[in-house]
Amino acid sequence: MNPQESAAAPEAPVAEDPIKAQNAQVLALLHRLFGEATFTDVHEPYGLLTATTTREKIHEIIAGLQQDQELKFHFLTTMCGINYPENSGKELGMIYHLHSMTKNIRLRLKIFFPIADPVVPTLTDLYNTANWMEREAYDFFGVIFTGHPNLIRILNVEDMDYHPMRREYPVEDGTREDKTDLFFGR
Amino acid sequence: MAVNDALAGTHKIQEEAAAQRPGQLMPILNDFSQELTTLNLGPTHPATHGIFQNILQMDGERIVSGVPTIGYIHRAFEKLAERKPFYQITTLTDRMNYCSSPINNLGWHMTVEKLLGVTVPKRAQYIRVIMMELARIADHLICNSILGVDTGAFTGFLYVFQEREKIYEIYEEVCGARLTTNMGRVGGMERDLSPAALDKLRAWLKSFPAVMKEFENMFNRNRIFMDRVVNVGPISAEKALSYGFTGPNLRAAGVDYDVRAMNPYSSYEDFEFDIPVGTNGDTYDRFIVRNEEIWQSLRIINQAVDKLPDGPYHADAPHYYLPTKPEVYKNMEALIYHFKIVMGEIDAPVGEVYHSVEGGNGELGFYLISDGGRTPYRLHFRRPCFIYYQAYPEMAVGTTLSDAIVILSSMNVIAGELDA
Repeated sequence: MNPQESAAAPEAPVAEDPIKAQNAQVLALLHRLFGEATFTDVHEPYGLLTATTTREKIHEIIAGLQQDQELKFHFLTTMCGINYPENSGKELGMIYHLHSMTKNIRLRLKIFFPIADPVVPTLTDLYNTANWMEREAYDFFGVIFTGHPNLIRILNVEDMDYHPMRREYPVEDGTREDKTDLFFGR
Repeated sequence: MAVNDALAGTHKIQEEAAAQRPGQLMPILNDFSQELTTLNLGPTHPATHGIFQNILQMDGERIVSGVPTIGYIHRAFEKLAERKPFYQITTLTDRMNYCSSPINNLGWHMTVEKLLGVTVPKRAQYIRVIMMELARIADHLICNSILGVDTGAFTGFLYVFQEREKIYEIYEEVCGARLTTNMGRVGGMERDLSPAALDKLRAWLKSFPAVMKEFENMFNRNRIFMDRVVNVGPISAEKALSYGFTGPNLRAAGVDYDVRAMNPYSSYEDFEFDIPVGTNGDTYDRFIVRNEEIWQSLRIINQAVDKLPDGPYHADAPHYYLPTKPEVYKNMEALIYHFKIVMGEIDAPVGEVYHSVEGGNGELGFYLISDGGRTPYRLHFRRPCFIYYQAYPEMAVGTTLSDAIVILSSMNVIAGELDA
């Protein structure tokens, strides 16, 4: 137990706050099941345990959490893509929100990968709900989910040839000058 | 429905269809004794209550597979939100589940308040609870009465639409709008609950239970209605969880998950209410759970009106809360804050926050990533409709077209929330 406690040390004191105690418990479990080196950038913004891992491990981790008899992360709340163009080699990301309804614990897992190679394992074999969520992430960010049964666009038209939520596509047409504002950049 | 089950057993083709993964087309079978008909249900069909399409493969009256196509009213809210200051995003949330806009508006405000670390005074929290529960009642009334219309009972719809109209009049007293309400502000409500609004609310709280009772009398034990909905489109608790169901649809399957009870927000912990659950998650259970939730919402509103505390209706957070107009005209600081807030020049902390509220259809989540700029870096909406609608083909396969319509209706899929 001690090495895990020290890993969560920046978040201490643990004993006072029930949410922090819960998060420490989940983190200890994560470390025990998958090793401490698997998780980087562990923090708790607004009480929600957040950890970054790798795309090689993500399927194994989420499957393990789902099957874990103690915490039972049976519910995939949501997942969404994200794009940080300035992080070279880690431009694209996927963010998963898991929820254990039996213990009422939420967990956020992140993975980042290069935009040139946006391939991620699918979660459709674990949660039925991942089907459309992954299609949405594919549609808007161009993330390819290997093993997905039907990876096609979902909200945009099929013949669209780009992934519109990437930061390189501005909301407004960049060639327009009539809406430029000196102070607010429109 | 026993007849249906017996029939279902005789159709080899349906068993094969059920074994397919949902969302996939049936393979073309070289068995010409059973020719399939392709039927377009939607995109604009009066019984789909919104613009979404289902391409159904029919074997006579029975559905062997369905492929939903969505996105007809996609408006790129997540992309637009990356260009809009926080207070402008409220109007985007209006247009998601437009049957219960106040829940979306106030849920969004709470998300921003969580990010900014603003604590809202009790009175504002109670007013919010009242408005959110009114919205839930309006949402459930529409869903259940339209389910009646789809089974051929138009009368109930007319009865309760009168009540929905009264709820909308209360909205008007509180925020000035009816459908897309843009209610509340970051930091509280835009104005206090006026005496006129309270009078209307109290009068409605007196008159509504009788109407609701009449509505329930008309449907709950109605033989014709029950024949149409009992055992139609059942879903097990495990399946429902795997499909990400939340809200009344999940509770109808027997899981007592309610965000209001599990992660109380806006002082829901101060109120006493029950969470109704169903047993087998069929259309009838969904209907009954929604009816019961209306009674529970009424309970919450009554408690909130009785216990409504005095005090300010917004937080003392001048950096974030839009000042009142008279203040802006007279007071220099208020004018400066007004300008800064309207221009989106407030200092937002860097961080990420997930906040969820119990929407009309389930857990409505807002995942906001702020990089400290005037707009969110990324805003993701967890839209319950979008997530659970993917179970529809699986629920509809093996039933008849008329049953499929009833299942769709009882799931309360709102196109605006589905497509965002």
